[in-house]
Amino acid sequence: MTTGTFEDTPRAARTPGDDLVVAGVSKRFGGVPALTDVSLTVRAGTVHALIGENGAGKSTLGKIVSGVLTPDEGSVRLGGVELALRSPRDALARGIVTIAQELAIVPGLTVAENVYLGVEAHRGGFVRRREARRRFAELAERVGFHLSPDWLAGQLTTADQQKVEIMRALSRDASIVIMDEPTAALAEHETAALHAIIRSLAREGKSVILVSHFLSEVLALADEITTLRDGRVIRSVAAADATEETLIEGMLGRSLGAAFPEKTPPPSDAEVVLSVEGLVAPGVRDCSLEVRRGEIVGIAGLVGAGRSELARAIFRDARAQRGTVRLDGADLSARGPHHSIERGLAFIPESRKEMGLLVGRSVKENVSLARLDLVSRLGWVSGARERRAVAALLERTTVKTASLRLPVSMLSGGNQQKILFARAVMCGPRVLIADEPTRGVDVGSKRAIYDLIAEMAREGMGVVVISSELEEVLGLAHRVLVMRQGRIAAALEGAAMNQQAVLAAAFSESSDHQGVR
Amino acid sequence: MTVTEQLEASPGDGGREGTGEAMARLLKSWRLAGIFIPFVILFVVLSITSAPFLHTANLVNILDQQASYLDIAAAGTLVLVAGGIDLSVGATYGLTTVIAGELALHGQPVLAIVLAVGAGLLVGLVNGLIVTVLKINPLIATLATSFVIAGAALKVTSGNLIVLSATSSFFKFANAQFLTIPSAVWMSVVFVAVLALLLARTTFGRHVVAAGGNAEAARLAGVRVNLIRVVTFVISGGAAGLGGVIDTSRLLSAQAGSGGSQLAFTVLAGIVVGGTSIAGGEGSVVRTAIGVLFIALIGNGFNLLGVDPLYQQIVLGLLLIAAVALDVWARRRRR
Repeated sequence: MTTGTFEDTPRAARTPGDDLVVAGVSKRFGGVPALTDVSLTVRAGTVHALIGENGAGKSTLGKIVSGVLTPDEGSVRLGGVELALRSPRDALARGIVTIAQELAIVPGLTVAENVYLGVEAHRGGFVRRREARRRFAELAERVGFHLSPDWLAGQLTTADQQKVEIMRALSRDASIVIMDEPTAALAEHETAALHAIIRSLAREGKSVILVSHFLSEVLALADEITTLRDGRVIRSVAAADATEETLIEGMLGRSLGAAFPEKTPPPSDAEVVLSVEGLVAPGVRDCSLEVRRGEIVGIAGLVGAGRSELARAIFRDARAQRGTVRLDGADLSARGPHHSIERGLAFIPESRKEMGLLVGRSVKENVSLARLDLVSRLGWVSGARERRAVAALLERTTVKTASLRLPVSMLSGGNQQKILFARAVMCGPRVLIADEPTRGVDVGSKRAIYDLIAEMAREGMGVVVISSELEEVLGLAHRVLVMRQGRIAAALEGAAMNQQAVLAAAFSESSDHQGVR
Repeated sequence: MTVTEQLEASPGDGGREGTGEAMARLLKSWRLAGIFIPFVILFVVLSITSAPFLHTANLVNILDQQASYLDIAAAGTLVLVAGGIDLSVGATYGLTTVIAGELALHGQPVLAIVLAVGAGLLVGLVNGLIVTVLKINPLIATLATSFVIAGAALKVTSGNLIVLSATSSFFKFANAQFLTIPSAVWMSVVFVAVLALLLARTTFGRHVVAAGGNAEAARLAGVRVNLIRVVTFVISGGAAGLGGVIDTSRLLSAQAGSGGSQLAFTVLAGIVVGGTSIAGGEGSVVRTAIGVLFIALIGNGFNLLGVDPLYQQIVLGLLLIAAVALDVWARRRRR
């Protein structure tokens, strides 16, 4: 454990009294340990990252520090004083704020009203609008977000809603800020802005506890990194002494090997299985593309560039104004998702909880939902056939679940995502469109999902992968399409398929690109 | 650390599926048992405190009186599970009683049954289309149609009471005895059983659950959510029609105002007491049937014990709050 490096950092301006010390904390859920004897010190004025696979205990630890959960054993001390936090409200009063993974905004209120929710400037019960406006302008200036205070929060994109959440946290004059996957929903330039804010918080002498899956982010931002595995601290190291490899090894207890499976591009004469021509739909402007048998086509672009809209238009979920979609040479008429699935097109939507899963229902029901006809006769579901079919699919997609009857809400994000893959495999598609296939998924499951995608392509499926993670698109796809403002701005292949080219196409404002207009 | 927090915390972090499952199973069995336990307790208490309660005549009489409610509530369960609600069943019931009554009065017993049930199905279809095509909230849509239907029912009879004679063959529809139990009871038992199997064991049932649990996810998985919802409304309307015919035959009278909001709300109370979620996505027809009978037992018990019936309503109200609170509580566990 190396901590010496901190003494040299120019971040100074910290009093030892403000350190947050977690000592010997244990937490059990119904007899199963979630955290065992966890100790760590978050020094004032530093960014302390918590990493680990889903289920390693990062979020539980974050919840203990923020007062959502109380530890069974051990203590949390701030500046030498024990904090016996009973609720998030207690924690707020001590200057500990959390920016959670799940957003908590009121859609019907404006941006400014959301930011100052509960602490509105008021006089005699009336909100002082001018004062609120002034405070908001100051705050916006400080964090560098360009949001109008008068927009309705419900009409913002997810990324902008996240900014609202961040502004709210920063407006509360916190001394300790806990961020749980803050950049998961942000586009790259927004992520950069958030990184700048995190650094400035630390410079102001505040502590930031950063829970993140993105190791490059952790390495770039954190001063110290604590790795958790199975509820125990594996080690706390200075970021300067860590590399992605050592961190992954610590998280998994083994090294991961290559991040992506080997690419097996289809033969050049492979037949075209999906062909889209001149598609015009909400958010999609005149898009044409082709996917061949066994090919993985990546779609990159900024959030809001129309990637998901294109996917849904191809899947015939969104109404297209113009253009054709041909699957295996036959026209895919716009009769809706049920028809598209019957014809051999499977779709894994971007948000598994809102658009993918029946969260309260069992693993079995979630997998078989799209193709109940395969396990039923005359509308009567055969329990035994369903169990057999689902069990085989779960094995193929490496889902770990104690039982087929477990509600999917009890599974980790990685396993939930794999369940959507199991459902898609059951559809026996010619083409699969996967939108953000690894969002909110731990490192181990990510690799399993990549393997699955590569395997499906090798077996002759055409696959379209949409992702905000550039590495993922470049690492998986045989060919990359970059979208900008609803159009396909560039098609990159071979040596041209690199990070710079993708970013250039995604950001460039001009239309004289190498793009297909 | 309360139980609440434990349960809330465990799903988010994953990896601990073992306890999760134990808890899920416990919770599920507990919720399933939810209505059975009070039902059995009430049954035993009434058996002890009231001598006439356990008489076959009394028990058959309860079932006979509840036959139409059981039908309508069983169908209403499907509507609720699919994410809708049908407040128009009371008015539909009233309309179909007068249609059946008029036709039976004019010596057309078969036509009376067919057209009354047909009218119910038609009302259901209209409700379903208003909800899915016009995209009007089902609560408002069926509230609105219930006014229209009630008005139409009054028009049929000009507000008069229709009285039938016990000699007509129409009387036999609900009163024919088989194994000393009237056909009204047999019909409702079969109807409830069919809907229970439909919801629990068929692809249609799975699609109903999916449509109510997460309509967006269901649609993207290829479930024809709108079609499913329309079908549940059609079944509900048909059940109201069947209930109307059964009661017209059983009571030998028909009036436009019978049923109404009183019926709609009592049926809804039975469904909710049975543990079906008002938010959709889960529920059980069998538990609905128990819920309806539980409410009937309370009424019967109050009568037999000679308690002021006004307390009956108060008890029913408190019971509803308890049932919904339980549902909300159980749902929170899973987020």
